[in-house]
Amino acid sequence: MRKLALNDEILLKIEKPARYIGNEVNSVMKDPEKVDIRFAMCFPDVYEIGMSHLGIQILYDMFNRQEDVWCERVYSPWIDLDQVMREEHIPLFALESQDPIKDFDFLGITIQYEMCYTNILQILDLSQIPLYARDRDDSVPIVIGGGPCTYNPEPLADFFDLFYIGEGETVYDQLLDAYKENRRNGGSRKDFLEKAAEIEGIYVPGFYDVTYKEDGTIASFTPANSHAKAEIQKQMISSLTDTYYPKAPVVPFIKVTQDRVVLEIQRGCIRGCRFCQAGMIYRPTRERDVETLKRYAYQMLKNTGHEEISLSSLSSSDYSRLKELVTFLIEEFKGNGINICLPSLRIDAFSLDVMGKVQDIRKSSLTFAPEAGSQRMRDVINKGLTEEVILDGAGQAFEGGWNKVKLYFMLGLPMETAEDMKEIPRLADKMARRYYEIPKDKRNGKCQITISTSFFIPKPFTPFQWAAMYNNDEYIARAAVVKHELQEQLNRKSLKYHWHDAEVTVLEGVFARGDRKLSKVILEAYRLGCLFDSWTETFDNERWMKAFENTGTEIGFYNLRERDAEEIFPWDFIDIGVTKEFLYNEWQRAQKGETTPNCRVKCQGCGVMKYKGGVCIESKN
Amino acid sequence: MKARIKFRKYGVMRFIGHLDVMRFFQKAMRRAGIPIAFTGGYSPHMIMSFAQPLGVGVTSDGEYLDIELGEEIDFIKSVGQLNEVMVEGMEVVDLVRIPDDKKSSGMTIVAAASYRVTLLESAKSAEVTRAFPAIWQSKIEEFLGQESIVVLKRTKRSEVDTDIKPLIYQMRLGEEGIELFLAAGSEKNLKPDLVMHAFTDFVGEKPESVPFHYHRRDVYALEPEGTKITCQSKIEVVTKDTRRTYIPLGELKYLEN
Repeated sequence: MRKLALNDEILLKIEKPARYIGNEVNSVMKDPEKVDIRFAMCFPDVYEIGMSHLGIQILYDMFNRQEDVWCERVYSPWIDLDQVMREEHIPLFALESQDPIKDFDFLGITIQYEMCYTNILQILDLSQIPLYARDRDDSVPIVIGGGPCTYNPEPLADFFDLFYIGEGETVYDQLLDAYKENRRNGGSRKDFLEKAAEIEGIYVPGFYDVTYKEDGTIASFTPANSHAKAEIQKQMISSLTDTYYPKAPVVPFIKVTQDRVVLEIQRGCIRGCRFCQAGMIYRPTRERDVETLKRYAYQMLKNTGHEEISLSSLSSSDYSRLKELVTFLIEEFKGNGINICLPSLRIDAFSLDVMGKVQDIRKSSLTFAPEAGSQRMRDVINKGLTEEVILDGAGQAFEGGWNKVKLYFMLGLPMETAEDMKEIPRLADKMARRYYEIPKDKRNGKCQITISTSFFIPKPFTPFQWAAMYNNDEYIARAAVVKHELQEQLNRKSLKYHWHDAEVTVLEGVFARGDRKLSKVILEAYRLGCLFDSWTETFDNERWMKAFENTGTEIGFYNLRERDAEEIFPWDFIDIGVTKEFLYNEWQRAQKGETTPNCRVKCQGCGVMKYKGGVCIESKN
Repeated sequence: MKARIKFRKYGVMRFIGHLDVMRFFQKAMRRAGIPIAFTGGYSPHMIMSFAQPLGVGVTSDGEYLDIELGEEIDFIKSVGQLNEVMVEGMEVVDLVRIPDDKKSSGMTIVAAASYRVTLLESAKSAEVTRAFPAIWQSKIEEFLGQESIVVLKRTKRSEVDTDIKPLIYQMRLGEEGIELFLAAGSEKNLKPDLVMHAFTDFVGEKPESVPFHYHRRDVYALEPEGTKITCQSKIEVVTKDTRRTYIPLGELKYLEN
């Protein structure tokens, strides 16, 4: 009978014990005596969030295909269990075996957003692993970081033994082989890290020296160990079709955020929006073969029993075989009570037609993401979307029977003026006017247009990585401009406005482009009790501000200055293929309001061609 | 066409709540390829319902789930198909055809449930039990001999003083634990922990010093009028003026099943 790490008394006292018992359908059990490597894969947030992440499922499948590796899962214990584990000194455990993480060979942590950084410390702390990498000895697991935030891992540099930069499907084999060889040879932790540092894409932060100028910016960033490389090459698989994909993903007992089969149809995006990090770091855009996807859809629905299937990509409308795939899904599965989700579709005749087939038009809303209100700003960010196209799409949707629309915008973009902000509610109003042009007897009551704004955060490896952010008050003031202008609109009663919290934006901004000096702020915030910072009910800005104060760290240095062309960024040691020259040129063009065509229209020579994959070689085949 | 699944829930699955067990079965039906019927509309649901919800922490040998089938199936083969897609702690015991009418649904006919209560060394583990104090044998008789047994019953909306005595059909100390036979269903329902808390109180023990584990043995319906079902596990409850016979849901014999 299955043994659990937590006793009944605890499990019956805490919220949702199913988060901690494992035993789910398709979870992988192995005999610990018969494997060489125990790998704990962690998403540092609560189970329901972590279980919704496709990347971990891919790697879980990839590792467990190997007979000598047992990959298990671990997530952040929610605050109720966190307290019990601290009081009773219960070490954090993996879900499958329920064994303590500290006895594993590796602890891999995927780092998806900045506001999980204190949760990473919680994972290490509860696992009884020293927080600082330099304090660890041979008895504790090697702590690896991966995921989008590792494109600037520097704020976390002190807490990780190594970072894997890029897509996980490529060099893990080499890394595990190096580990096994080192163990056979009786090598130390440091011996292994030196071997790892030689593998493409592996960054061992402890092997680098960083010096700073008087103004706080970086003077030099150099390897301090002969095994470490000066530059780390992002890892990327060239073919999405000939790689791992989890045909039997784990099926949670409790409802999780992504409670459905997910088909990743492509990786990367051809659009080149200047604010978007994913659009740069995942270049070049690669598609997965449509026949393979159809087969996966069958297998995954059969193996999980899920009642919903969703497509995943940054911009599904750019997938060249979309029509064929969607038609197939509807014809094959719609009749069997399977829901079909089609996120990130551009609104046009085709998408409206298929959405009308898969959802109840009266109840559902359509989402547009113009990102900026004025045409000038949309050109600055290179959104490649005109007002005419937006209003035309909305018009077609209204005529098709929809009357609820959600609009997503960003505030605080570079070069944004009050006039640009005011254009946000004006655009929504134009949309409402378009709705009320439809004769009364042919429309479905009033329309409801919901505007949401988030505050723009400049990210590494984007053309806007040089841009300045604003402070809290300025963000709130910008939201107020939108709010006031909304009251001036003819159809204001059909418009609603929500804006995001600015406090979290400021922190995300700091950590997105931060340097190594910030690890002390994260540690201090954690010591002050910050945890689950991405959850509104647990986020505590005052503690964070205190952490900055206690460590003498200036937020303004990270957020409020526009960086100049010569500045060495903390993430410059990573080569994503896209060159800094290309990004800087795009930054210049943004300032002039010049747009840049997408990858399929005309190659801009961003540099990623050297990977010889996806859209870069499409026309040359 | 309707069918009734009997299943067991044990081990770590006791930590999975009622609604999640429902979700588990919905997905299991698809994995096993059972042709279950759906409601109409844009978000169709599988037509299935539990006879009687089971609380978190409680294990069971007799849980029942009614389903509506879209087409004929081989019942014996389907039990095998379902068990192939179960997890440790969930086992399908039986699958039988039931009448289509609403009044035969498990939810409608449930009238009682039997439980075995074990006394634990500690609340930390449901597996390590200890013997009941010998005196409890007579205490149970005294407990049941009271005029009324009034407890505070909490529902979502209110707290009411309720006399639970009429809902305790049987209570005795058996070889493996305290055997309870209690009213169940939508009209009259009594949870075993409510009985044991009242009893703990009665014998003057603190709840934390006598941790219990609850195991549901089976769920029962009243023997349909005018029928005589032969089965060993039927339970007769005789009071001053009534005599009622309860049959486990799994033993109800329906036409040409």
